[in-house]
Amino acid sequence: MHRALKLVRRRALSSIPVLLIVVTGTFFLLESATGDAVDAYLVSLGGGDAELARNLRETYGLDQSAWSRLWLYVSALARFDLGWSVAFNRPILDVILERLPNTLLLMGSATALAFLLGSLLGIVAGARPGSGVDRLLSVGSLALYAVPSFWLGLVLILLFAVQLRWFPTAGIESIASGKSGFDRAVDIARHLVLPVCALGFIYLALFLRMMRAGMAEIWRQDFVLAARAKGLARRRIVLRHIARNALLPLVTMLGLQAAAMLGGSVVIESVFAIPGFGRLAQEAVAARDAPLLMGIIVMSAILVILVNLLIDLAYAALDPRVGQGERRT
Amino acid sequence: MFRFSLSRRALLYPVALTIGLAILPLSPAAQEAPEGGRLVVAADSEPRDLNPAVVASNGVFFISSKVIEPLAEASYEGEDGLEPRLATSWEGSEDGLSFTVNLREGVTWHDGEPFTSADVAFSALEVWKPLQNLGRIVFSSLEDVETPDEHTAIFRFSEPTPPQMIMKAMPAVTAVLPRHIYEGKDIATNPTNTQLVGTGPFKFAEYRPGEYYRLVKNENYWSEGEPQLDEIIFRVLPDRSAAASALEAGEIHLAAFSQVPLVDLERIGQVPGLEVITEGYEALTYQLVVEINHRNEALADRRVRRAIAHAIDKDFVVDTIFLGYAAAATGPVPKNAPEFYNPDVPVYDFDVEKANALLDEAGYPRGDDGTRFSLRLLPAPFFAETRQFGDYLRQALAEVGIRVELINNDTPAHIKAVYTDHDFDITVSPPVFRDDPAISTTILVRSGIPNGVPFSNQGGYENPELDALIDEAATTVDTAERVALYNEFQRLVVEELPLINVAEWSFTSVASEKVLNVGNNPRWVVSNWADTALEP
Repeated sequence: MHRALKLVRRRALSSIPVLLIVVTGTFFLLESATGDAVDAYLVSLGGGDAELARNLRETYGLDQSAWSRLWLYVSALARFDLGWSVAFNRPILDVILERLPNTLLLMGSATALAFLLGSLLGIVAGARPGSGVDRLLSVGSLALYAVPSFWLGLVLILLFAVQLRWFPTAGIESIASGKSGFDRAVDIARHLVLPVCALGFIYLALFLRMMRAGMAEIWRQDFVLAARAKGLARRRIVLRHIARNALLPLVTMLGLQAAAMLGGSVVIESVFAIPGFGRLAQEAVAARDAPLLMGIIVMSAILVILVNLLIDLAYAALDPRVGQGERRT
Repeated sequence: MFRFSLSRRALLYPVALTIGLAILPLSPAAQEAPEGGRLVVAADSEPRDLNPAVVASNGVFFISSKVIEPLAEASYEGEDGLEPRLATSWEGSEDGLSFTVNLREGVTWHDGEPFTSADVAFSALEVWKPLQNLGRIVFSSLEDVETPDEHTAIFRFSEPTPPQMIMKAMPAVTAVLPRHIYEGKDIATNPTNTQLVGTGPFKFAEYRPGEYYRLVKNENYWSEGEPQLDEIIFRVLPDRSAAASALEAGEIHLAAFSQVPLVDLERIGQVPGLEVITEGYEALTYQLVVEINHRNEALADRRVRRAIAHAIDKDFVVDTIFLGYAAAATGPVPKNAPEFYNPDVPVYDFDVEKANALLDEAGYPRGDDGTRFSLRLLPAPFFAETRQFGDYLRQALAEVGIRVELINNDTPAHIKAVYTDHDFDITVSPPVFRDDPAISTTILVRSGIPNGVPFSNQGGYENPELDALIDEAATTVDTAERVALYNEFQRLVVEELPLINVAEWSFTSVASEKVLNVGNNPRWVVSNWADTALEP
């Protein structure tokens, strides 16, 4: 436990410069794009005169220089103040916190699906490398990996929502249904099935391939030979000796994928009309709402840092060698 | 033997899991709440605030028009093309210095307070004139609003203001706000802007960002027996294909504003129970316009502009880009505004030879590679059709030896490049015709407009004759005289071609056949839907 705390503290300190770099980078990237939040807003009005534009720029501090705006933003951030959104005309923290649970739910479920089903199928494929089942799963997963997630999402909608009507086409829950407790959870779960599949299936292939490759490698190792010579049941060899050893790189992959999935959810959230983080980021860019976008990115960075911290902790638990290395430093 | 059993088992788990996932929901995904009263409509955007008195835009009206009412609404049959709402009658004075409105009696706000002329005076002086994007034009010379009694409001102007323009502007510009809620507070930041309080047939109930808006029936609505519906839900569906899928799955009843793309209309029109409706948008006409930067030496030559007009095949644009859901334009006023439309203007037929001849005459011969000169074209990114027309224009101009470099930007970058930086040669723009040339059209060609005003003359065009005509029409009170001036305005614009009008189009709705009274006025999508009903 003491070891874990030390790890957390070290990670928290080292993430501050990372966050600063991320914030500055985002700010200047968005700054280099032509047009500002007021330009975007005036279009939504269908036009406006020069005085209106000037007043709006003054209100939101957009008439100041880029450096002074960055300084204002960073100093507010140091006080944990994310600022005011121009696009939504509301505090950024409110906007973000409203959407965070949906994204966490979507990403968490998709990651769980990809990891569990992926490693399970990987074990099936890796149990008999080169067999017919292995080939089928490998080709199938590769095909799935090659499919763009928005296309998969649209096909799932057409098939399971429009034709078969098993699931709703979009949204996170039924509109103003008045449901609560268990009924509401079931309702949300039903809305999530298609988006989670669309997002999860793409990454499933990665875990499957990785598991299978790792197992194929370990099959050739001496301790496996020894275990077989000992007369251990094949099932025991596969699960205890091979699969467990092949699982470690997958855990690393899990941390890396958390960031990638955050990106993938932009598309899925738009296709399935789920009010989440990804869609919010897209809206922030379209509206040139720099503080909102930076808020989202800071929050995402924290999320990724947290996930990787958890992964490290899990790693230490799974592989005793990691813990020893930690103690030495 | 055991080897086989292991892999079979391992194989069975995921298979069982997948099947389990697939059969988990046994009941079909129909709407949970009882039907009959709840209309579910697709909304493709969430406006920043919903106050129609401050922001006169279709995105805002779509939702807010059910809650907050204007003085009068557009109508197919009514006198002056209007139907009374909060006003029962209106009349302008001969000198154009006053406009008297008689207000409906017995109307109450959603919070129970009575609606009076003080609300109208407050809205006009504190909101429409100083704050609203269109009201700033229409009420620019409004000095005072007198309220001799609770149900009369007299608008006083410092300059003659044509009553025709005020009447044309009433549906879009005169949404009345409750004075008792807004007075003495900053209007632009008032929280009521997202929790509307009005006099309309529906009350604002709930907004779940990213999910839906919910409106409920106003039991005390002034019109007996209305509204018919118990509830309206605006469901946020940002993806274009999402609206079509949700319609087909029966999850929503209506998608307006062409949320179902043109290419899908033919297919979806054949789905049983759904119909494509083009009525109800006549007063929301969009114009496909080639805007021109007259700072470019070649484009400053009228012959070059005429050559470009001759190079465009308008029928092709209407048939191929708009799939027939549009009309070829003849000038700056669309045919949908018959009281202003002047068909008697110069015509530029599709004629490549003539275009080539004009360009030769203007002194731009073809070079060795067949090119005369090149232009930067910035198509507006707001509609698929404006981008597609940009692609077409590039090819059409290549035919006459003008090389076009296409520059595609997103919305804020496009606005900045064209309307502030003037960093373009030609642009494809979709201005809205707002029922009176003085509100929406003259600004596209009038000189002297400061930089940074979107959808205005930022091409550096200056024509004193045209400016004088525009200014005279703006203060001409007599309707017939005014119309004559705008007829001349149209002729002059088409002759000089400061910009080129290519087509006029509006939106389509796709609705379930169960929805009744769809499209029964020229601004139906942005009107109050008091008579809209749902068959059980």
